[in-house]
Parts: sequence; structure tokens; C-alpha cells
Amino acid sequence: MPAVGNSVSRKDGIGKANGRALYADDITFPGMIHGRTIRATIPCGSIRSVRLAFDTTGFTVVDHLDIPGRNIVDLIEQDQPFLVEREVRHMAEPILLLAHENAETLNAARVEIEYEEAEAVFDPERSTQLLKSIDIVKGDVDAALARADIVVEGTYRTGHQEHVYIETNGVIAVPEAGGVAVYGSIQCPFYALKALKCMLGPITKVRVIQTETGGGFGGKEEYPSMIAGHAALLALKSNRPVKIIYDRVEDMIATTKRHPSIVRHRTGVMRDGRIVAMDVDVLLDGGAYITLSPVVLSRGCIHAAGPYRCENTHIRGRAVATNTPPNGAFRGFGAPQTEFAVEVHMERVAEALAMDSVTLRAMNALTPGDTTATGQILREDTSALMVLDEAVRRSDFRRKRESYRGTNKAIGLALFFHGAGFTGSGERYLKSRARLDLTATGVRIAVGSTEIGQGTRTMHAQIVSDALGVPYGDIEVMQPDTSLVADSGPTVASRTCMVVGKILEECAHEMRTTLGDLSPAEYHAQHGAFSVERQYEPPGWIEWDDATYRGDAYATYGWGCDVAELEIDPDTFEVRPIKLTAVQEFGRPIHPALARGQIEGGTAQGLGYALLERVVMKNGAMANAQLTNYTIPTTLDTPEIDVVMLDNPYPGGPFGAKGLGELPMDGPAPAVVNALRHYGLDVREIPATPELIAQCVSY
Amino acid sequence: MRFVLNGHPEDVDAHPMARLLDVLRNQCGLTGTKEGCGEGECGACTVLVDGDPVCSCLIPVSQIEDSAVVTIEGLGEDHPLQHMFMNEVGAQCGICTPGMIMAAQVLGPAPTLDEIKAALAGNLCRCTGYSAIYRSIKKWKISTRELTPRRRDDA
Repeated sequence: MPAVGNSVSRKDGIGKANGRALYADDITFPGMIHGRTIRATIPCGSIRSVRLAFDTTGFTVVDHLDIPGRNIVDLIEQDQPFLVEREVRHMAEPILLLAHENAETLNAARVEIEYEEAEAVFDPERSTQLLKSIDIVKGDVDAALARADIVVEGTYRTGHQEHVYIETNGVIAVPEAGGVAVYGSIQCPFYALKALKCMLGPITKVRVIQTETGGGFGGKEEYPSMIAGHAALLALKSNRPVKIIYDRVEDMIATTKRHPSIVRHRTGVMRDGRIVAMDVDVLLDGGAYITLSPVVLSRGCIHAAGPYRCENTHIRGRAVATNTPPNGAFRGFGAPQTEFAVEVHMERVAEALAMDSVTLRAMNALTPGDTTATGQILREDTSALMVLDEAVRRSDFRRKRESYRGTNKAIGLALFFHGAGFTGSGERYLKSRARLDLTATGVRIAVGSTEIGQGTRTMHAQIVSDALGVPYGDIEVMQPDTSLVADSGPTVASRTCMVVGKILEECAHEMRTTLGDLSPAEYHAQHGAFSVERQYEPPGWIEWDDATYRGDAYATYGWGCDVAELEIDPDTFEVRPIKLTAVQEFGRPIHPALARGQIEGGTAQGLGYALLERVVMKNGAMANAQLTNYTIPTTLDTPEIDVVMLDNPYPGGPFGAKGLGELPMDGPAPAVVNALRHYGLDVREIPATPELIAQCVSY
Repeated sequence: MRFVLNGHPEDVDAHPMARLLDVLRNQCGLTGTKEGCGEGECGACTVLVDGDPVCSCLIPVSQIEDSAVVTIEGLGEDHPLQHMFMNEVGAQCGICTPGMIMAAQVLGPAPTLDEIKAALAGNLCRCTGYSAIYRSIKKWKISTRELTPRRRDDA
């Protein structure tokens, strides 16, 4: 029986379910002490003085002067400090680090900081500080708008979203010969390694080890580099292992969130429904530092015209700075924001045409041979019509659309797509590597890709098992330790299966050539151990121009259509989802049960984004930084999710697989808001809380 | 202070207001019980106290004197529901899983979906959307029923 395509037993073992798996906070080292971060209490200004108002006996105190290398969290740009030197740009910005062996004594320590406050900017529309702009031009949008029969305009807004991984951020830094090792809840160990090397300078040896990680969703992509740096500084100064675990409030106040967005559309259509012009303006609130905003904006803009054919498209994107904690990676990475806007807008375009919105979508949906906004010619692995047809059929959409009219039920739909892997030339620059080691008992996978619940270990082992022709049980997967594994790139962008899995497949083929007809054990007995390491080569046909934003933005796309069915309380506007039909095509599932889990989980997160999850910002800080009043879906808020996985293999992926992790996040919010529209509520913003919906009703 | 922990008497020297969660993790060395929020919202720290699921982050240790506490470790390393959570992917990242499994212990032999949802309403999962958790529990109950000889009045 092949491993790929079957829901084989997972490489995680039983530890996650019996409590034996060790997450960062479960680990202790001899002599370990606790670390704490002292943070800014103003959103903008400068530090006048810092006074330690406690007995410092037994404390380790670190400020920016203790940084031996550069005081920057090295990522895309080099603008964010590990510790404030003078200028404060956002609430909760780290200023000082303390460590002590007694957690209570540590938490009781009081630090008095005097500031000179400056005027803060919280409204992205008033920000004058541009972090990144993008211009995607195809055809002549102004001329096309002028000759369109109808032009439909609209503005759509999305709020912050907090990841709420149930395990908060945490790391332990341990001094070791010549340097420091950092263990932690980390999606991208090599990102943390890069940031640590830059901060500590060339003399200190550094390695990063991922511990079992209790959820990431993008929230542990870049921020762990900051915490890792803090713990490393305290560990090196105290010469003791230092553990920093954020509590929920600190995690919510200090770490990254999904970028809020304002998206404006002007769309020209002909009376028969053909879209002839799409003019889109995307504004993202990046927060106080650049972090990943340029690439979030990039993905957002590339998806901003939706899965539709249009010969005249102009997409302008801007990410701007505000005096709020930096926003960062979150499952979907800009696309959930812009696809929300375009899918709600499409519903309004259909209304303007007095046309059925499914028909409008079907008429304009991208098909093989069509070109996207960046001019990419789509291939056979394009499934917009297939997912739309199946979702309409499966959910009995047309009948319910009629029968729910006039009741307190409603139904809505959204069509969406998601580019898999890094954008444009990203994978070419990244040069990801993967390694397979032959051992006495089988084969070991050595990659930096992390298991964060999505099934990395299992799915990689399945690919290697079948590609190498070795039983699945003989494949083991190393815990990511940057000193031992190949840098397979970050665990982001729905690339871990499609890209890293592909390199592993090629490693397996090369290893098989060496093994000949021998099993790993036989070969090892005769010739000893050996390793195969290879680098990712994107498909040769990919062409991308970063300067003009023209070309093949992604090697392939996943496609989805979600149908949301709701019950609406006509008095309180409380919305209860009763069913969500999620039809998604992502090449081919490697492990159907894990893949289904990605769709169900992403869909639930999307429903929270749509209806519940409201970050309240006051004076530049999250005011509801608790799970009591920032609510994510519970069992009682989450409806039945009917998952349909359709096949359309991508020849460039391992066993036909595309990326999957982010795709399910794009659809639920517009499907829900389009259902509210079906009920008669003109909502153009999420989260669509009862309070927000009430504002949309004219009495 | 004395209580019964996973079937064995346990003596701890702790401040009466210490959170049961911290006593279990730091003094008893049982780290299978997780902290997710520290305010009784997420249920990751669920344990059984005298058979009832409670959030151990909300319980001062003085309150459990002479009580019987069962943690995930008390179910052993090989409980059938633990296997179901892995096989059915009710566990993804796993951090909510011990709490979910403890909360599910109070369910009857043939729970309805609504009963399962109600029993787990205080336990947050961010990975699964809960569907796979329901599947894990349902399959566990079915397998348990198949293993238990049926009494005549069940037929």
C-alpha cells in the first residue's frame, strides 16, 4: 500500500495525546532562571530615564548596551531593534530585560521609566510613512472604465486578527561551549538563527532547536526571533539557562497580528456580465516596523482582483506605518483581506447588473489559458469553475437561496484562490535545501521545516517512503536543530509540502539510484551511512519581474469555494453559522485526514475572523488582550463543516500536491458576509459583530 | 497538604492560594496539563477533581485537600481516546489535547453530537475546527461499546 494518499499513522507518536510531548514551558534545565520583558507604556516618544526601583540582588538586567552585535531583528529590512535605545514607536515595545531564579520576585520588580511623549499616528489613512508600495498594471483600466456599461464602486474593511495559538510564545536560551542554544516554540528556526547571529556577532556560536509547538498560524514566524534574542542576551549575561514564557495578555499585547486593511474597488462591467475593468486600491496597516509587511502587501495585491479574468486591471497597494505593534504573518498573508473585499464586491456587482452572482462568477472565473492580473498564463491546474460548480451543487445553493428568502436564514458564497509557495522569484532566491540520511535502520529526514500541528513530519515521511520505495515505518524525522538539519526555508506560505516535499522527493530518487536494488539496511551493512542533500529548483518556465510585477506570481494556485449558511436573530443581529460547505482543490492530498484537518481548522479560523474576533485598540494597544473578551470560535460557535477535496494534480509538486495550509482561510469571511447580504444586510466590514451589523441597518 | 493524585496519595508543601495548575506542573512534575490563558477560558489545563472537569488554573490548591485529582498522566500512556485523537487528527498541534481528553471523560457511553459539544464548550482548539475532535470521541465511544458485553436491556 502506498503511503501517499492514505491516512497513515502519524510520526508525532502518542505524546501529544498522553501529555508526554514537551513544549517549551514543559522543559527545564539545571540552574534555569526566568526572564521578563519590561515594555513601553506609551505609543510614541522617547525615553528620558530608566530607574530600577527594586533591590537588584540576584537579578540579571539587560539593556541595549549589552548587545554585542547589531541591535536589529534582521528580517527583510533592518529597522526593528531588540531593545529600545531611545525612540519608542509602539506600546509594549521591549526596553529592558530582567532575569531571576524566583518568578514571583521577578514579577514584583518595578522599573520606572520616564518618557517624552510625541504625537502618535494610529489611523493608517493618516499615516505619512510608507513602508512599501506596489503597482500592478494590466491593459488600460481608465479607458475600460470609460466604456463599461456599469461601474460599481465600494470600500471594504477588515480588522486586526490575533492568532490565538493555544500555546503562547516561549523560548529557553541555554549557554553552551562558545555560545548559546535556543529552544523554543518557533515556526522558522533559521529565521531566529539569522537574527541571533546578527545580534550576537560572529564570535558567538548559536543554534536554534524547535520544541513541540502548540500552534503557529504565522504568529510564530518572525516574532520568536525577538524573544530568542532576549533570552539569549539574558542567558549569556547570567551564564545560566533562561526561560521566557509569555502569558496570554503579554502575548496578545506585544506580538504580531493580521494586518488591518481598507480596500477600494471600482469595477467596470458590460450588461451581459463581462468584467472589463478592475481598479483596486489596497491599504494595509503595517504597524510600527516593516517586519514582513512588504511581502504581505505583495500577496494581498496579487490576489486582490480575485479569481477572475479581466484584461484591464490596475492594483495599487500601500503598506503604511502606525504607532501600533508591528503586524505580521498570519495564515493567508494578505490574501484573506483582499479576497474578502473582491468577493463582497462581486456580490454588489451582480446586484447592479440584476444578475445571479453565481452566473456572474462562472462567466468571469479564471480558466486555463487566461491571464491573471500579473499577466501569468494559467495552466491546466486551474480549477475555479470546478470548485464553484461542486459547491453550488453540493450545498443545494440555488434552491436554498430561494427558500431562505424571507426567513431568518441566509446563504452566501465566495470563490477564491491562493498562490502556493513564495511569491515571484522568492523560491529562487531562497535556495531551500533538504537532506536525507541513510542510517542502519532506514532513512532520516533532516530539514528545518517545523511540525506545528499541520503534519509536516508525517507528510514528508510519506513522500520519502513512496519515492524511495522504503516502508513508511523505516523513515524517521529529525527534530529541527539548525546545527544538524538542512535549511529548507521557513515553514510558511503553504510551501512545506509542495516545495520542501518536492526536494525530499528528489533526494529520495537520488538515494534510490545509489542504493540500487538494496534496502537501506542492506546498503548500510555493506557500505555504511551516506547522505543526499539537494536544493530546490523552481520549474524552469517561471518568469517574474520584481520591478514591474509582471509574470508568474506563483508556480500554482489552490482553488476554493465556500458556502455559508447562517441563522440571524432579527432583533439582536446575532449571527449563528449553521453549515459551511468548503470545496477545495489543492492538487492531491498526501494525507487525507491531515488535509481535511487543515480545511476544517482554517475554515473555523475564517469564521472567527468573519464574525467574532475583534481586536479593540486603545491608545495603540490591544484593550481586550484576554480570551475572555477576544473570543475565538468554541464548539458551540462552530457549525458543521462539509469538506470536499477535489483533485487536479500539479505536475511540479510531490505526487501532484499543491500548497494547502492557507487556502481555507480566504473563503469563510466573504461567504458569511455575502450570506448577510442575502438576508438584506449591507455589511462591508469584518468582524461583523452584532454591533457592527446594527450600524449597517437603516431604520 | 494532602490529596490523591492519579490514584496515589500526594503531599505537597504549597501556598494555599497556589494555583493547582502550578502545583501539578512545578511541584508534582506533571507537565501534561497545559496553561493556555490562565483565566479559565481555554480549558487547556482541565483536570478531574472528584470526577468533575475543572480548570486547574482557577483552583487554589487548598480547595482540593483530600480530593481525588486525575490528570492526563492518570489515564496512562496508552488510553484508547489518546490513540483516537492521533488517528482521527483530533490532535493537531496537541496543546489543547490533554484538556480535551480530560473534559471528554465525563461523557456517557453513547453521547449525541450536542452532548459532546456541550461537554467541550469550555475547551478551545485553534487548529481543528473541532470536527475531528468529535470524530475522535465518537469512534472511541463506539469502540468502547463494542468491547463491552451488552446487557440484555441495551438490545
